[in-house]
Amino acid sequence: MNLINWFKFASPQSFYPLAGKMIPWFWALATVFGAAGLWLSFFVAPTDAQQGEGYRIIFVHVPASWLSMFIYLIMAAWAGLGLALNTRLSGMMAQSLAPTGALMALLSLWTGALWGKPMWGTWWVWDARLTSELILFFLYIGFIALQAAIDDPRRADKAGAILALVGVVNIPIIYFSVKWWNTLHQGSSVSLTKSPSMAQTMLWGMLLMALCFWMYSIAVALTRARAIILERERHTEWVKHAVE
Amino acid sequence: MQWNSIGEFFAMGGYAFYVWGSFGACLLLMVAEPILARRRLNEVRAGIARALLADSLADELDNGSQ
Repeated sequence: MNLINWFKFASPQSFYPLAGKMIPWFWALATVFGAAGLWLSFFVAPTDAQQGEGYRIIFVHVPASWLSMFIYLIMAAWAGLGLALNTRLSGMMAQSLAPTGALMALLSLWTGALWGKPMWGTWWVWDARLTSELILFFLYIGFIALQAAIDDPRRADKAGAILALVGVVNIPIIYFSVKWWNTLHQGSSVSLTKSPSMAQTMLWGMLLMALCFWMYSIAVALTRARAIILERERHTEWVKHAVE
Repeated sequence: MQWNSIGEFFAMGGYAFYVWGSFGACLLLMVAEPILARRRLNEVRAGIARALLADSLADELDNGSQ
C-alpha cells in the first residue's frame, strides 16, 4: 500500500509531534504573506476615489471577517466529526479553533466599527450583516463557555458540538445578508460569479492579507491543539515520552 | 506610491485614528494570542515534567528505604 494512512494522524499521539513540525512553516508563510500584503495595502494600492485613505481598513476587515466565518465552519466540521465517529482528536481540534475564531469575529466587529464611523457616521447599526456577525461572536463565546462549564471533556465535546452545529445556520445568513436585506453595509467586494469591482492591487492586497490571517490561524490553533492534547492525555504513557 | 513624507503616511489622509486603530488592534491581538497559546503549552509541559520528576524521586526514596 502506497497510500498514506491518514487515520494514523487522527490519534492525538501521532498528531502532537506532527503539529509541532508544521507550526514553524505556517508562521513562515504567515510572515511572508503578511509582509507582502502590508506592502500592497499601504504602498501600492491607490487612494480610493470616494473614501480616500480610510478605505485601507478593508485590508484587515475583510480577512478577519472571512476567517471568522471560515474558522467556524472548520470548527463545526471537527465537532460534527467527533459527534459522528467519537474520535478523540476531533473535540480537541474544535476546542483549539474556538478562541481564534472569536478573535477574528471581534476584530471584524472592531475594524468594522472604526470603518463605519467615518464613512456611515455611526459605529454601529442593528442591521442584518452586523447583527449576524455579532451573533457569530456570541456563538464562539457560548461554545467556549459551555465547554469550560462541563468537567468531563468528552461530554463537553458533545455539548459543544451540538451548539456548534446548530450555529452553522448563522454562516449563510451572514454571507447573504447583504443580498437578502437592505443594509448600510456594502455588497461583496469579491464574488465567484462576476469580476471584482475593485482595483487589481487592492484585490491582491486583500487576498494576501487573508492568506496571512489564514496561516496565522492555523499556526496558533495548532499550538493550542498541542496544549489541549497534553492537558487531556497527561496521564497516558506516550505523553511521558513526548515531554521528556 | 502616494506618500510624500512620513508624516503624510501616518496621517492617512485624516483617517489616522480609524486606520491605525484597526491595524493596531489586529497587531495587538495577533501578537498576544500566540504568546498566550505558547504559554499554555509550556505550562502543561512543565507540569507534566514536574509530575514525572516527583514520581521518579518517590521511586528512589522507596528503593532507598528497603
